[in-house]
Amino acid sequence: MQKLFLSIDKLSTWAGQAFSWLIVALTLQICWEVFSRYVLGAPNAWSLDVMIMLYGTLFMMAGAYTLSKNGHVRGDVLYGFFQPRTQATLDLLLYLAFFIPGVIALTYAGYYYAADSWRIDEHSNMTAGGPPVYPFKAVIPIAGAFLLLQGLVEIARCVICLRDGDWPSRVRDVEEVDVDKLKQMVQGEHRTDLPAGEDHR
Amino acid sequence: MKIRRELWFGLAVMALIVIPVVVFTPWGDLLDGHLARADLGVLGLLMLALVVVAIMLGFPTAFTLMGMGMIFAWLAYRSVDPDLAVQQTLDLMVQRAYAVMSNDVLIAVPLFVFMGYIVERAALIERLFRSLHLALARVPGSLAVATIVTCAIFATATGIVGAVVTLMGLLALPAMLRAGYDVRVAAGAITAGGCLGILIPPSVMLIVYGATAGVSVVKLYAGAFFPGIMLATLYVGYVVILAKLRPNLMPPLPQAERQVPLPSVARMLAPRRRNALAGLLAGLVTPGVPKTAVLGQLVATLLPLLVAVALVTLTYRSVTEPVVELNTAGLVEAGGALAAAGSESEASTGLIGAPPEAVAAPNDPSAQDSGAQDAQAALQPEATPGPDAGAALAPSASDGASAAVERLPTPAWFWAFLAAALAIVCVLYWLWTWERLEVFKMLLASFFPLAMLILAVLGSIVFGLATPTEAAAVGAFGGLLLAIAYRYIEHYRSSGRAGAVWTTTRDMGSILKESSFLTAKTSAMVCWLFVGSSIFSAAFALLGGQDLIERWVLSLGLTPIQFMLLAQLIIFILGWPLEWTEIIVIFMPIFIPLLPKFGIDPLFFGLLVALNLQTAFLSPPVAMAAFYLKGVAPPHVTLNQIFAGMVPFMGIQIVALAMLYTWPQIGLWLPEVLYGR
Repeated sequence: MQKLFLSIDKLSTWAGQAFSWLIVALTLQICWEVFSRYVLGAPNAWSLDVMIMLYGTLFMMAGAYTLSKNGHVRGDVLYGFFQPRTQATLDLLLYLAFFIPGVIALTYAGYYYAADSWRIDEHSNMTAGGPPVYPFKAVIPIAGAFLLLQGLVEIARCVICLRDGDWPSRVRDVEEVDVDKLKQMVQGEHRTDLPAGEDHR
Repeated sequence: MKIRRELWFGLAVMALIVIPVVVFTPWGDLLDGHLARADLGVLGLLMLALVVVAIMLGFPTAFTLMGMGMIFAWLAYRSVDPDLAVQQTLDLMVQRAYAVMSNDVLIAVPLFVFMGYIVERAALIERLFRSLHLALARVPGSLAVATIVTCAIFATATGIVGAVVTLMGLLALPAMLRAGYDVRVAAGAITAGGCLGILIPPSVMLIVYGATAGVSVVKLYAGAFFPGIMLATLYVGYVVILAKLRPNLMPPLPQAERQVPLPSVARMLAPRRRNALAGLLAGLVTPGVPKTAVLGQLVATLLPLLVAVALVTLTYRSVTEPVVELNTAGLVEAGGALAAAGSESEASTGLIGAPPEAVAAPNDPSAQDSGAQDAQAALQPEATPGPDAGAALAPSASDGASAAVERLPTPAWFWAFLAAALAIVCVLYWLWTWERLEVFKMLLASFFPLAMLILAVLGSIVFGLATPTEAAAVGAFGGLLLAIAYRYIEHYRSSGRAGAVWTTTRDMGSILKESSFLTAKTSAMVCWLFVGSSIFSAAFALLGGQDLIERWVLSLGLTPIQFMLLAQLIIFILGWPLEWTEIIVIFMPIFIPLLPKFGIDPLFFGLLVALNLQTAFLSPPVAMAAFYLKGVAPPHVTLNQIFAGMVPFMGIQIVALAMLYTWPQIGLWLPEVLYGR
């Protein structure tokens, strides 16, 4: 059981990280579009559609990954001061009350939404002959399914925490404020930072 | 179990919400098995109260909103037609989710976040702090002033409060404590400075507000620029005055700390002449002095002159331009930045070898030397919006001759401008000592590239050259180039050329990877919150909670000023328990529809909110900035000292809020001038 949860964790992380490379693609695509419009004088009609699809896919698919790293914003007035068992009880209740019904509904609705779009071979109407949008709409149920799986793992985490009295550890990941890393960065610079001006011959 | 003080505070706030709700809800009407129209409005208010409680319990807000919105939307639909309720609720949810996915305003969020993470990893904050602190050494409280300026610039470029406060806590706090600064002043300067990034554009908060309130992000950026600068200036002013009045809080730096090490050439020439310009010119003909080194120094020395010449030339060209065009004079610095950022960091390594005479004639098409790059680069974007976009690559200097035929008469103020520029350049070179030259070169390597990047991104948005999305993407790309340049220089110094290329490539790989992952997580956080809140606010509107609030507020008979004060007070109080993301996406949809009733401009309201939310970062108990600083501060610095240090800066924020309210022109002048509202 434990093993299954860990592999779901890994799956969410893997999918989220794979899709997070879309930001690089998005940056490059927009830069190219800017270059080709202003310099080459050849704007591409499909550009805005592609931008939006890259952005939408990026954040939707990263939802489960963010959940697996506990990255969704929480109101931290009381939560941080609770005992782990209290935290787990509250989380468990609210996962069952809000998360599971909400995400199931979104996935279910998203499935039929995408299926309709797929059936009529829907294309973007932002420009004439826009790219197809059904794969983009299909992202909703797929992202929802990932999120749901990850939510089940989180529920299992709450149960484990209720049993053991402490949160099970998460797989380590790159963090926004990683004190050790920042320390290293500052000290690393100290070492290599020669007195200013010496680099001028 | 011993309940802590903070817990009591939170529970008290919760009780304050729950008790009135339980008491005032007309339970009889709600539970009589029939939901009338009036009951639905009450249900809406109940939902609002419940969601605040649920958020305070600490469950991920996005899903709280999604789940609760779904349940209440179903209730609302059921009261109209029970058979269709489920289908309508599902449709509502998926449509709202898809609307966020295809939102063309929010698309700028991941891009700005990405730019921020990359710039953060460019390893330049220490250079920035060191050069600013040397440059400002004579100012009272120089370290604290340098801290605030560094924070403001770095936070503006990255927008990541936590990382800025942590980095400055590691860098500036020990420096200030070593210099004998008061702990509270030091902590206050770092925390307050670090939070400026969410106000000064380009900031993610303004995008989120724009997407929520339907206000143009471009106007918000133009409007928030001066209030942001004003707040930073107030901070600096406060620190300087405090240092003047009570020097024991911030003792001046000892001489050893102010010492600027001079390169060998300068040491050779310095004893003969104090002025660096004269010294360098003399050095060219002095035997026994390495000529290339002198030339390198001379180029750095002449850069200000070059910029001044470019500025004057460009102004002349634009004011006498026969065709009516955008006045892009203010854009000179901004526009040239992208290209200049690259060439300037080269300049710092002495790679530029520009013959000075190329500078004297910028209109001469033959002056296409690398040294003239700055001037050319500054001219390029000006040509960009012109009719012939294809000519953008060609330096606009080359078509100077053809335009000269039908120039307009030069206005008088141009001569005044020219004289002022001339005077400034003269004074600058009069005071140009060897130490100042060194400090200037350090600034050139740290301050200017970053400032240029910010101004380029901001300038191209504000002047309408690019959409925020495009500017963000190009900014991220520019940040990437900046990171490559800095990493390369760093490795070049330590391991030579061959090693540097390899290690830089490896570094950039990991920077890209980390930044992408972090961007994915942060954008998912913000955008899923948006999905949740947009389902929630749809349900709130369906229930008619909005109408009820509107009627209630209007029945109070407030004047616009009273309403504004009340709204700001509510937002200020919400800033204690909640973060800015939650406040904006949940509560702004409630306030925004009320604004037209009182004749308040949503743009102006947004600026006030942005300024107000600065306090959300500094007000306990969710003062993130304080906790980040505590995490890296030496053990003897207590959380209470940090909080005490933040209080005066919160006071300044309120003063700034009052100033903006009294003189709305601080914020509205720029958008009015640019877009003629």
